[in-house]
Amino acid sequence: MKLKFGVVVFPGSNCDHDAYFAVKKVLGYQAEFLWHKEKDLKGSDVIILPGGFSYGDYLRTGAIARFSPIMDSVHKFAEDGGIVIGICNGFQILLELGLLPGVMLKNDSLKFVCKDVYLRVENHDNIFTKSVTQKVLKIPVAHGEGNYFTDESILKELEANKQILFRYVSPDGKVENEFNPNGSLNNIAGIINKKKNVMGLMPHPERCCDPLLGNTDGALLFKSVAENLFK
Amino acid sequence: MFKATVIVKRRPKILDPAGKAVEQGAKLLGFNNVRKTRIGKYIEFLVDTNDKNIAEKEVREYSEKLLSNPIMEDFEYTLEEVK
Repeated sequence: MKLKFGVVVFPGSNCDHDAYFAVKKVLGYQAEFLWHKEKDLKGSDVIILPGGFSYGDYLRTGAIARFSPIMDSVHKFAEDGGIVIGICNGFQILLELGLLPGVMLKNDSLKFVCKDVYLRVENHDNIFTKSVTQKVLKIPVAHGEGNYFTDESILKELEANKQILFRYVSPDGKVENEFNPNGSLNNIAGIINKKKNVMGLMPHPERCCDPLLGNTDGALLFKSVAENLFK
Repeated sequence: MFKATVIVKRRPKILDPAGKAVEQGAKLLGFNNVRKTRIGKYIEFLVDTNDKNIAEKEVREYSEKLLSNPIMEDFEYTLEEVK
C-alpha cells in the first residue's frame, strides 16, 4: 500500500499545493488536502502542516490556526504516535499548539529572508532523517519570523534528548553566525518532539524535490519517512 | 456589559527586534534620551455579562489562551462597566 500524506489547508496557507505536488506528482505517494474546518484526517499516514500565512499571521504566527477544528484531530493523531511534519508556518503552528517547545521571534535582521540555506543533519535516530546519508542539505527558507527562541532549561533538554534535528551551517557544515539567516538560538533550523514523531522546520523541503528545479535535497526527508514508516 | 482592555507585552528578557529598530529611528530624530523601547499590543473588546466575576474569568482565559503566548509574553488587563 502506498503511503498517504494529508496536507492541511488553512485560510492563508500558500505552500499547500507545493507540498501536495512534491509528495504526489514528484515522489509518487498518495496525497490529499485536508480543509481546516474538517475533522477527518482521511486515513493519512503522515500529516503535513504547510507554509504560508495562516489567518494572516494576525496576533502571532500560527496562533489562530492552532484552534482550527482539524487541529484537534492532528493533536490526537500526534499523541497517538502519528507522523506530523510542520514546515515554516506549519512549524510555527506546532509551537503554538505546544506539540513542539519554544517560540518564533522576528528575524534579527527584521527582514523577510528568502534564499537557499545549508542545514547540517544533527542526528539520524528518527524517521525523518534515518535514511538521509548526506551530512549537509541545501534547502530554501522564506520567512519573516524564524528566529527560534526558548529558555535555557528547554534548550538543555532539546540538546540532551537529541531533539535538534537541523542547524544552519556553512556549505561545509560549520555552525557559524554568518550562516544563520534569522538569529535562531544555536542556529536551530528544525527540531523534533521527545517521542520523535513530530518534526518542525523553517526551511521548505517541498520546494526542492523536483529534479527540474535543480535541487532534490528536500525529497530525502519525505523518502526517509516513506522508507521507515512501515518497517 | 464590561469593556476590557488587554495589554500584551514581551517579557523583559525576550529580544524585541521591532522595538530596537524603532529606537534607532528615535536616535535619528534626535531623541537621545530614549531607552529600552518595547513594542506590545493593545486589545479592547466588550464582554456581554453583568457579572464581574464571569467577565474577569473570560478576559483572563482569553488572554492566556489566545491573546498572549506565555512563553514570551505577559499581559495585564482592566475591566470597566459600561452601559
